[in-house]
Amino acid sequence: MFTLSPDKNMQTDLSVQNVTKKFEEFTAVDSVSFDVEQGRFFSILGPSGCGKTTLLRMIAGFTEPTDGIISIRGENMAGVVPNKRPVNLIFQHLALFPMMNVAENIAFGLQRQKVGRADIQKKTETILERVGLPGFAHKKIDQLSGGQKQRVAIARCLVLEPTVLLLDEPLGALDLKLRDQMKVELKKLQAKVGTTFVYITHDQSEALVMSDYVAVMNKGRFEQVDTPQNLYSNPSTPFTAQFVGDNNAWSGRLTGLSGNMATVVTPEGNSFTINTHGKTFAPDAGVDLFLRPEAMLIQPDPSMDQLNRFEVVVKAILFDGANSRLLATPLNSEKELIIGLPQNRQFDHIRPSDRIEIGWHGDSGICFPGKEGRS
Amino acid sequence: MKNHGRWYLFFFLTPILLWLFLMILLPHMDLLIMSFRAEDDFGEMVWSFANYLNFFEEPIYWATFARTALYSILVTVLTFIIALPVSFYITHVVAPKFSGFLMLLLLLPFWVSELVRVYGWMILLRESGVINHFLVQMGILDKPVEMLYNDATMILGLVYTSMLFMVVPLISVLESLDKSLIEAAYDLGANMWTILVRIIIPHSMPGIVSGSIVVFMLTLGNYLTPNLMGGKNSLWFTEQIYNQFIASFNWNQGSAFGFLLLILSSLIIWAGLKLTGQKLSKVVK
Repeated sequence: MFTLSPDKNMQTDLSVQNVTKKFEEFTAVDSVSFDVEQGRFFSILGPSGCGKTTLLRMIAGFTEPTDGIISIRGENMAGVVPNKRPVNLIFQHLALFPMMNVAENIAFGLQRQKVGRADIQKKTETILERVGLPGFAHKKIDQLSGGQKQRVAIARCLVLEPTVLLLDEPLGALDLKLRDQMKVELKKLQAKVGTTFVYITHDQSEALVMSDYVAVMNKGRFEQVDTPQNLYSNPSTPFTAQFVGDNNAWSGRLTGLSGNMATVVTPEGNSFTINTHGKTFAPDAGVDLFLRPEAMLIQPDPSMDQLNRFEVVVKAILFDGANSRLLATPLNSEKELIIGLPQNRQFDHIRPSDRIEIGWHGDSGICFPGKEGRS
Repeated sequence: MKNHGRWYLFFFLTPILLWLFLMILLPHMDLLIMSFRAEDDFGEMVWSFANYLNFFEEPIYWATFARTALYSILVTVLTFIIALPVSFYITHVVAPKFSGFLMLLLLLPFWVSELVRVYGWMILLRESGVINHFLVQMGILDKPVEMLYNDATMILGLVYTSMLFMVVPLISVLESLDKSLIEAAYDLGANMWTILVRIIIPHSMPGIVSGSIVVFMLTLGNYLTPNLMGGKNSLWFTEQIYNQFIASFNWNQGSAFGFLLLILSSLIIWAGLKLTGQKLSKVVK
């Protein structure tokens, strides 16, 4: 059970307790628990096949959990069919009704709630304005661009004022530029309307940019639920460390421990000192190191004496603007490392097959107990 | 290059043009001419509207005509009502590996001729037939009942004969129906009836219309089933045409009836397209 900021004044909109879903012998969702408070943007981040869509469909009511309780604003949802739940789902491919125009799409849910004709028109206009599509009421769905369709899909759900809005990777089909733009817009919209969003995605940048809290999911379980900043800087499991952001994984063996600082020797023979952040290690245990590309400094100043230093051979320069990297291998090794390459012209002289020194601070790496017997 | 293309076009078009002209257009023109010719008082063939006037003056003719039209519409509607759930089941409910098998099951009866299929029904339904036998055996009936030779049985036979021609176009449109549309409607609060009326039927409209046109035309022009399964009172207009050509040997009257049937079916299909707001060019695609 993950508890997040125990704020007593916040109402819990969605509560998932020990929910399990089994398909015959395969366990898609394995005893997942979490609470989402009112007005939060909560993301579930995981690779495809990790069970996140199944979890979302259980919240929406399309599948019943094998075990566990899903409650919305304190009301148990067991046996409540999708058309009776106070949640709405935005589908991966949006599922706008092509046989209706924009206004009819948005009015569809209101008509089911037996809202009066005049009210429907007023609400439709208000919500279209809110998502930035005033005057689009009579457009046909196939006349809209990808981003506009997105907004209609969101409007169609938000107009019903659901307690929780579920989003199933709705940005997946958009091109990169539009996706980046929609990320910001979605975040702004959520802050404006104040509806609780539960967003699932395999794209870590979507989850990190938009969310108040992110749950990292793997093989049907939650690995970690935390704020985006904490997920990135303080991953609690090796999976999170590798899945959220880029990371260089390196295995080694513990050779010494003084206080919080452990000495780890890699198979290549490099000896590093690293902060264990309170984790306990058996003597001579295997250790998995995770180094962010930006934690590794290229040719650090000799005066910085607390750095772990080692030499690498540059294999390639991966130029990508502000996100440029060096692909390098430590001496006498095949292991590839990705090293952040700041674009401040300081390192313009670096060429492939150059030998350069790399340094990193023992506090900026993360280590986990590794598998026994690995050297 | 351009001349080449034209040559190919003519080469491949010639058979269909010949077929259209020799087998369809020419005979119909002959029938059309024939329908406007009748014997005068001296036994000479002259141009006349007599054949068409006969139709309107003799109640039995236009009564049969109207009956045939109404029953054909009824058969089309019934076929649609039965075929829609069947098609939906095959495309969206059953596992994909079974849908081909189910399609085959639907297709299988059509490998035998219509005549054999109709006789199959007759074996089941007649007074000394299978169903009567079991009903009497189980004590539900005291004595066998004649189930054949009435309008209901005839409609049953016509619906059965037409099923496939409705199911095939419906399956092809329903296959393109995204399941998430149904789920989205369900999620937005719709019940099953609303989903059917607002999502499934509008999406399937082209298939419904093309299936309905085929079923309607086949039923209207059916001869065998009404003749064998319908009773003495279940006259079908095709039987009137047959009688004129074969029994009365009055080809002029027969061709007039034939053209009236052609006009009728065209009119009803036109009205149907107008009513549903579909375009023929879209439907035949």
